[in-house]
Amino acid sequence: MVEKVDTIVVGAGPAGSAAAYSLARADNQVLLVERAKTPGEKNVSGGVLFGSVLHQLIPNFWEDAPIERTIINRNLVFLSGESSFSLDFSSKKLENPPHCGYSIIRYDFDQWFAKRAEEAGALLATGIRVDELAWENKQVVGIRAGDDEIRANVVVAADGINSQLTEQAGLRKGLRTKHIGLGIKEVIDLPSDIIENRFHLEGNEGTAHTYLGCTKGYPGGGFLYTNRESLSLGIVVKLPAFEKATKTKAPEFIDYLKQFPYIQRIIKDGNTIEYSAHLVPEGGYSGLSKLYTNGLLVVGDAAGLALNIGYALEGMNFAIASGIAAATTIQRAHQQRNYTKKTMKHYQRLMNQSFVIKDMKTFQNAPAIISSPRLMKAYPDFINNFAHQLYQSTATPRPKLMNLLLKHVIHEISLPYLIIDGLQAVRGL
Amino acid sequence: MNSNIEDKLGTLRYNIDKESHILVNFEICKNCKPKPCILGCPAQCFELINDEVRFQYEDCIECGTCKILCDKDAIHWNYPRGTFGVAFRKG
Ligand SMILES: Cc1cc2nc3c(=O)[nH]c(=O)nc-3n(C[C@H](O)[C@H](O)[C@H](O)COP(=O)(O)OP(=O)(O)OC[C@H]3O[C@@H](n4cnc5c(N)ncnc54)[C@H](O)[C@@H]3O)c2cc1C
Ligand code: SF4
Ligand code: SF4
Repeated sequence: MVEKVDTIVVGAGPAGSAAAYSLARADNQVLLVERAKTPGEKNVSGGVLFGSVLHQLIPNFWEDAPIERTIINRNLVFLSGESSFSLDFSSKKLENPPHCGYSIIRYDFDQWFAKRAEEAGALLATGIRVDELAWENKQVVGIRAGDDEIRANVVVAADGINSQLTEQAGLRKGLRTKHIGLGIKEVIDLPSDIIENRFHLEGNEGTAHTYLGCTKGYPGGGFLYTNRESLSLGIVVKLPAFEKATKTKAPEFIDYLKQFPYIQRIIKDGNTIEYSAHLVPEGGYSGLSKLYTNGLLVVGDAAGLALNIGYALEGMNFAIASGIAAATTIQRAHQQRNYTKKTMKHYQRLMNQSFVIKDMKTFQNAPAIISSPRLMKAYPDFINNFAHQLYQSTATPRPKLMNLLLKHVIHEISLPYLIIDGLQAVRGL
Repeated sequence: MNSNIEDKLGTLRYNIDKESHILVNFEICKNCKPKPCILGCPAQCFELINDEVRFQYEDCIECGTCKILCDKDAIHWNYPRGTFGVAFRKG
């Protein structure tokens, strides 16, 4: 194998492939190292990919990439026992590229993206687990994998949320449980015509659901995305749920979601064809690691670059944006023939200017708000009870709407909390 | 609809290495009250049998939850060696 290359990118997820593709296309020598035999084999997302960033890198990528469906419907559902209350939004306008969301399957998508990087000239080495960084005078000078050492001017750590490289470089101390969610997912097969009938879709239109009230009161939520011939159903639970004696084991959270009548109707007659789990960075702005040091840039989940604002989870988009910014920084460093912090710092600058860090700052209170225990249980219960009272027929005089509302509010959620949560949500989301 | 964890893990393909990629120091576990790894592992690799923690790596889906939940440094964690471990077909 080559002994020295310009750049080594560790990890062929969206962040790593974006960096490798950008560099290769600009005729830079780049080695993309992935521990899986085939890129994508180790990776899990919901997943809806927002199109705008990838479109900048690979124009009209949707014509070529393995896309499942284009999301034209979003549904936020409050689940409570037998009941469900939905905020359902559909619009053909959601379909306009590149600003729309596409449901994807990571095994297919990651392979495609890594292949594009390869075609652009990147050297893809799969089945290799990078064990550590190689250092010289406080400068990262390459990687080690088993007995092999490969040198490079710059290493890009795109090794995902459990990034060993970021920790070895001292850019982050261990992850904190409150900054991390555990995502558990099942892919459930269903024929495409049933999916289209069940969700009122046509052709390759798709829907994306977010569920609240389905995590036993612990911070987290559920999701469902339609693929061409399957559904991606999952749940994200923040790790502190397991630090308390919850008695609920992780796999039981997705079974709990599946027992709601609303979900049962949706997945009826489907079979689980894959079970998976993966961590999600949910610390928001305060969960970010340091982004660079001498000879090293950190991109994507490895840096904590993801945002969950309750009604949407963005990670892949951020990963791709950071990969592109890292590549730009490296090209600039090549010109200056300097790979110390002095040139690496440009990456931080680019990220600060990008929508990624701006969004993470704007929504820096989101992790706290969407972790509110009331949002997880009291509000879903309240809104469903209220709707139930509103619509049920009891052959007794109906209470006035406002009285009914107040009765429920006072009964189920104390008014001060309602005001505080309302204000926080308005300011923070 | 398959709902037990064995069936769910049965949907997965693995290339299992001879040696475990995760090492647990069970001496430390003896003094750990909450044992969050047992609740948190989505593949139920950690089990409590006769009050003792047991661990098997074969079903591991490489999420990293156990490493983050264990605040007693009892877990020496790594991914499996290249090409080994779980292989998702969807993800
Ligand atoms: C359940 C769930 C649902 C999600 N839903 C969405 C969604 O709907 N939309 C969205 O945008 N985001 C979503 N995300 C977040 C998104 O998946 C991540 O933010 C994104 O995958 C980050 O990309 P990455 O390239 O940084 O890391 P990853 O995709 O994790 O890629 C890291 C790569 O590095 C490799 N690697 C790791 N260590 C090594 C090593 N030592 N040597 C060699 N290779 C290594 C891995 O095998 C992997 O291929 C979701 C995440 C989860 C878990
Ligand atoms: S959390 Fe750590 S110390 Fe406690 S039982 Fe699990 S592995 Fe052992
Ligand atoms: S890495 Fe995940 S699946 Fe593997 S043992 Fe730890 S918690 Fe379980």
